[in-house]
Amino acid sequence: MTDTTMRATADRPSVGIFGPHILVFGTFVVATVALAALFPPLDTWPEEWVLPVREWVTEFFAWLGAVAKPVTRTIAWLLAQPLAFVEAVLYRGVPDWGLKPLPWVAVVAGAVLIGHWLAGARLALFAGSCTAYLAVFGLWQDSMQTLSIVLVTVPLAAGAGLALGIWATRSARADKVLNAALDLMQATPHMAYLAPVVVLFGFGQVPAMLATLIFAVPPMARCTILGIRTVPSDVMEAGRMSGCTTRQLLWKVELPAAQQTLLLGLNQVVMQTLAMVVIASLVGASGLGQKLLYSLQQLQIGKAVEQGIAITLIAIVLDRLTRAAMHRAPQRIPDGTAWHVRHVHLVAFLAITLGAVLLAQVLPQLSVLPRNMTLSFGQPINDVVRWISRNLYAYIKPVRDTITIWLLLPIRDFYLWLPWTTFIGFLALIGWYLGGLRLALVPVCLLGFMMVAGFWTPLMLTIYLVTGCTILAIMIGVPTGIWASRHPRGAKVTLTICDTLQTFPSFIYLIPVIMLLQTSDLSNVIAMLAYATVPAVRYTYLGMILVPKATVEAATASGANARQRLWKVELPIALPEILLGINQTIMMALSMVAITALIGSRDLGQEIYKALPGAETGRGLIAGIGIAFIGITADRLIGAWARRRKKDLGLA
Amino acid sequence: MTPTAKISCRNLWKIFGPTPDAFLARHGGAPKLEHFKAEGMIGAVRDVSFDVHPGEILIIMGLSGSGKSTLIRAITRLNDPTAGSIMFEGQDLLRVSEDELVELRRHKMGMVFQHFGLLPHRTVLANVAFPLEVRGSPREERERRAMEMLKLVGLEGRESYFPRELSGGQQQRVGIARSLAVGPDIWFLDEPFSALDPLIRREMQDEFMRLQKMLKKTIVFITHDFEEAVRLGDRIGIMKEGQLVQLATPEEMISQPADDYVRQFTSNAPRDRVLSVGSIASHMVVPPTGAGVAASAKLGDAAAQVLASDAPLAVLDDMGQPIGSVTREMMIAAMFPSRDADKHPERQP
Repeated sequence: MTDTTMRATADRPSVGIFGPHILVFGTFVVATVALAALFPPLDTWPEEWVLPVREWVTEFFAWLGAVAKPVTRTIAWLLAQPLAFVEAVLYRGVPDWGLKPLPWVAVVAGAVLIGHWLAGARLALFAGSCTAYLAVFGLWQDSMQTLSIVLVTVPLAAGAGLALGIWATRSARADKVLNAALDLMQATPHMAYLAPVVVLFGFGQVPAMLATLIFAVPPMARCTILGIRTVPSDVMEAGRMSGCTTRQLLWKVELPAAQQTLLLGLNQVVMQTLAMVVIASLVGASGLGQKLLYSLQQLQIGKAVEQGIAITLIAIVLDRLTRAAMHRAPQRIPDGTAWHVRHVHLVAFLAITLGAVLLAQVLPQLSVLPRNMTLSFGQPINDVVRWISRNLYAYIKPVRDTITIWLLLPIRDFYLWLPWTTFIGFLALIGWYLGGLRLALVPVCLLGFMMVAGFWTPLMLTIYLVTGCTILAIMIGVPTGIWASRHPRGAKVTLTICDTLQTFPSFIYLIPVIMLLQTSDLSNVIAMLAYATVPAVRYTYLGMILVPKATVEAATASGANARQRLWKVELPIALPEILLGINQTIMMALSMVAITALIGSRDLGQEIYKALPGAETGRGLIAGIGIAFIGITADRLIGAWARRRKKDLGLA
Repeated sequence: MTPTAKISCRNLWKIFGPTPDAFLARHGGAPKLEHFKAEGMIGAVRDVSFDVHPGEILIIMGLSGSGKSTLIRAITRLNDPTAGSIMFEGQDLLRVSEDELVELRRHKMGMVFQHFGLLPHRTVLANVAFPLEVRGSPREERERRAMEMLKLVGLEGRESYFPRELSGGQQQRVGIARSLAVGPDIWFLDEPFSALDPLIRREMQDEFMRLQKMLKKTIVFITHDFEEAVRLGDRIGIMKEGQLVQLATPEEMISQPADDYVRQFTSNAPRDRVLSVGSIASHMVVPPTGAGVAASAKLGDAAAQVLASDAPLAVLDDMGQPIGSVTREMMIAAMFPSRDADKHPERQP
């Protein structure tokens, strides 16, 4: 026992994954490159060997679309009904019956009252002013369109996620299947769902809702599973000993006791739904997202900023409200309290709505704010952008070009030059070394599939962008994390910034990037970077904080100076956490790949984007799965490395 | 199987690991400790048999990992045992269907948990009324009953509080009220006071004794605290590695520990409050000079009298008849046993 452990430790290099194996890796690289030069098929997969997978998938979905038409029609009709209702209430009204939508004043009052009910005056003020922004800046109708989709999708997604989660906790097999499915669903970028949805359901609000549903269900399902599993065993047993049937146990004990985690799931659902609104506009969802997309494509930065802020405000308000609901403890109400006192917020809302509807007869501004009463700061922003491009672009351009020429292009050319045998083989070798045959097969199967399906160049271009983004994220994120770990006050600020950056829907980052850098590879990388640096910072900070104090003190006592302490003690111990952060960084960068396609790129994201108008389901879907495959490969390899480091350090 | 027993467990096994049934069958229904070790199985409860008499407090005690929690969960069928039988009012609990089990729990069983197991989203009143709610009692009836229970445990006026607003001791009072709400025939308490501060624990033990004096329930009480066991129990069962090592009254356990393991527990027991004079007296009858000592008196109560007397004192039975005698030396030896005496716990001469 001890003997084998000793030997295993002795075999293993002390730092890094190369160590004494550098010879093996080196020989392998040289050999494959040489072989590829001799046999071209080992360098570039010949076109005539490409399997027409994308055509098969496209044809399959076309067939499915035709066969399943009655089913898809029914589903679409069913989904359209609640949407029509919410739209009628929020902005459309029912013209046939002469009914008007809710006056904007009433909706603002509703936001204020919900905020007050959940968390008091501050949240009330915040929710109210954000909602008022939508009206005052003339974005009311678009915002309400977007909100309608959110309000209908969220309960559906939450309900479906809840049901799936409950199912998983009831059956071990369901749990296994579901977990694998959720992994893939979440790793595949949102946009990839659009193509099959379009084929099956056509263009419009309902397909957009469906695509959103697919993306919003997994976090709810996961939170449900987590919530139910973490109900204290005492509480469960008390429920059973009280004589609960299985059903009573679920509804009266498990779900109420898991309430906090379930609400966290709801929060995630809301955020995912909002993140989807711009992307869903590609399949014809109207609303803020669509307007923002137009503005971006026409480089109308001023408008884009206004609309982007509107989406962000909706996201932040819904985020704060659901979070407040999560932290809200049930309040004690004395017996004999009258109904209208118990439900004072509801009563107030009804009163204000009634008042607003009546007053709107005399003062129509209360119902719909006329255009001449709205404000806009689009013009000044356009002026700023123009000023920047006139005066600062001369300075920005050299920076952009330097980074592009000296960092990005060499990486790109290197990746495109690499023979596929070297690239896939190298990853497989790392996998084999870290986790044996099973792990070695991951890159071979996943990346190999993409190559055989004829996606090698966009695959490598995607990996190139992600690599560039990851390198920059490490260069920025790791030092920031280390700095934060040394300055408690700085840490607070840094972590708040990280939180805020992650609340914004990801496409928001396209706006400033386009503003400053115009379209280029670097714009894509930087848009990804804004999102992807956050985990690098967070995990580095966490890893540094978790370094045992005694170890650092021992190093100091041994006479190590600050620099030696960092490089020889703290960083090696924090490495597993930092690796997990880098892993997350790669995931985030990948999730941005499809989004940056909106401002132009040549990678897998662009393949998805291009596949949409022609309903080339196979092309879009496989490109999307390809992004997921890159993510899964990186995740498995880095995860195995981090686990091994942790085990070596005795931290596991 | 004593006919008067409220619950009688026979040859109860609870084995953890893959395919416990096959494992049990493979070893003829009685695997030895080395079989468990060899096959990596865990015998949490091994061949345990005992009776619980009506109206008694039976304490199951043992260190953590001794299987006491698993045992109570096997009896209540929170965890189904691997083999054995549990007779409760003429039916075998292990053979009742899931529906019958729910019915039994709704009407005949109550249980108190170490960490209270209160539902955080319900008020105190709704927590206590919960077992009545799930069995379908109408709202008014169950709330009236829950109020009665809260009064019983001294929590009137707190009914609209939420559990998080109460102290640990108060939360456990809610747990007790809830477990009594259905008027159970048998009351299970799983380390009910272990999570509480020592002072509160003492107070809750007194409270428990007060309740039991009124209610006279049949009780299975789990604890790891021997002092608590001696204080509260009519009989104590000590568990070790899944087996019931000894089941006896506190007095028998201290005067006749079954093995060294039990002796270790008893060595710190408050002997003066557990042992009675009768259990240490010699059979040599001496004439009752002056006042004798009652055989049923605890050592602590009789100590002053015995220690003050130079001559042996007569020990009297309930009828006042002399049945033996006790000396100062015997008293001292019984109350302060030397290490040597600890190892050879033969009865005093």
